[in-house]
Amino acid sequence: MIQVEHVSKRFGDVKAVDDISFRVEKGKIWGFLGPNGAGKTTTMRILTGYLPANEGQARLNNIDVSADPRAIQKMVGYLPEVVPVYGELTVKEFLRFVAELNGIERKKMRSAIERAVEMANLQGVYGRLIRNISRGFRQRLGIAQAIIHEPAVLILDEPTIGLDPAQIIEIRELIRQFKESATIILSSHILAEITQVCDGAVIIKQGRLKATLTRDEWGKNLEIVTNGPADDGICGSIKQAFPAVSEALADGSTLKLEFKEAPGDFNPLIRHLVEKDVKIREIKAGLEALYMKIVLAEDGRAS
Amino acid sequence: MRSIWIIAKKELQVFLYTPIAYILTAFFLLVSGFFFYNILAWVNEQTMRLMQSGYPLDRINVNQLLFAPFFNNMAVVLMFLLPLLSMRLFADEKKMRTEEMLLTAPVPLAAIIIGKYLAALAIYAGILLLTSTFAVFAFVHGNPELAPLLAAYLGLFLMGAVFIAIGTFASALTENQVIAAAISISAILLIWVISWIGESGPGAWKGVLAYLSFLTHFRNTIGGVIDTQDIVYFLSFVALSLYLTRAVFEFRKWR
Repeated sequence: MIQVEHVSKRFGDVKAVDDISFRVEKGKIWGFLGPNGAGKTTTMRILTGYLPANEGQARLNNIDVSADPRAIQKMVGYLPEVVPVYGELTVKEFLRFVAELNGIERKKMRSAIERAVEMANLQGVYGRLIRNISRGFRQRLGIAQAIIHEPAVLILDEPTIGLDPAQIIEIRELIRQFKESATIILSSHILAEITQVCDGAVIIKQGRLKATLTRDEWGKNLEIVTNGPADDGICGSIKQAFPAVSEALADGSTLKLEFKEAPGDFNPLIRHLVEKDVKIREIKAGLEALYMKIVLAEDGRAS
Repeated sequence: MRSIWIIAKKELQVFLYTPIAYILTAFFLLVSGFFFYNILAWVNEQTMRLMQSGYPLDRINVNQLLFAPFFNNMAVVLMFLLPLLSMRLFADEKKMRTEEMLLTAPVPLAAIIIGKYLAALAIYAGILLLTSTFAVFAFVHGNPELAPLLAAYLGLFLMGAVFIAIGTFASALTENQVIAAAISISAILLIWVISWIGESGPGAWKGVLAYLSFLTHFRNTIGGVIDTQDIVYFLSFVALSLYLTRAVFEFRKWR
């Protein structure tokens, strides 16, 4: 379990993180969302004990991060933004070093390394110099080093950055595998990724907490972009045909829908729209719509 | 203890897989070989002259004539060379962004610092061992005394141990290896000659500065005399530098 309570971090005069609180229950994956420089990395660094918070308290499985750094270091698996690997070593040597560093006993060393290699699918590059392996393998190696000691808490800073779509899907699958054994936080710019992998999301901007959303909450929202303007008539017919829809609004060429509770699938609704000859161009799942509202709305007000 | 070894082992792997240690070794052996040859030629010449003037041969001290200047020269070369060995220890971790992983791993900060330090020290010890071929040469062709020679070696080793400790500290200050090397070379150079300032100053200062200078203590050991006072000086210098390295990390965390 991850508990963050009123955590703040200053760098000189700049408040990088300003009074952030949230909690992630055991066995859940939560996403960390926000524009660049929002304080995602800083918050993650506080959770790993790399940076001390100026105010507030962060606890992992009920252990205060600042009180017992050694216990935290043992508990956490961490993938920093830039994958920490030594180009001069081979994948094998590097994983052995990381396993030793994490205090894995000599007897279990081999099985721990084998397990990490298998999970991260690194068999093909096991004997190669890290300098010579591709970006995707490097990223997977970064994840392998984070999971080698079977951590109870996994903190992944942009685990899929710079990867091609196929690799992104692979990494996502990999992350899902750890859900049973670990509480996970990951940061990402890609909303679709959070939607697919995470049980909830924390949205921060300029160091401040903007929203905490659960899958149930963002599952209620749907935006449908149409070719040409959407008319109010269609909104009425949706409301009539689907009592579960609590709100339907036409905004230019976008239909904004809100459900009373997250439906299992949107197929009946989409079928209805197709029958009504609405020309659908794009369907935005809830989180994207909410994120834009939360992050952009304020910019509009500020300017 | 285990964590020190883990860090040191990885550091040695990197040293042995990259060319820098080999290049430095080759360079050092070349330069010290050149010095040895030159000093030897000079000693030969002097000995010939002394023989011609009827000076008793057994009074000629090979240790003082040959090895004292040779060790002096080696120390000066090491002043520039060892910072090049130690410059990557922490600067490279910072540049490659691996530092974060290291500092969030369940090992004490002190173990990381000591492990890295010992790895560089081991490489240095290896280099010194290779220079012993010069000593072997001297033993084959002459009759130097062993004890003072070993004392001088110990002195040189401790001296280098201090250089590397200063280099480790400098490396923790920056992510740029060249800057790290520049800082350590200037610091070593200053401490080397700090007694010069004292020589013209008042008595009390003179003593303090002379004590602080590397030169004072190195001169003692080179003369074949091991004094506990000198050993304590070198070791406390190492401890202080490594302690300050630790302080750099603590300070950065809280800035």
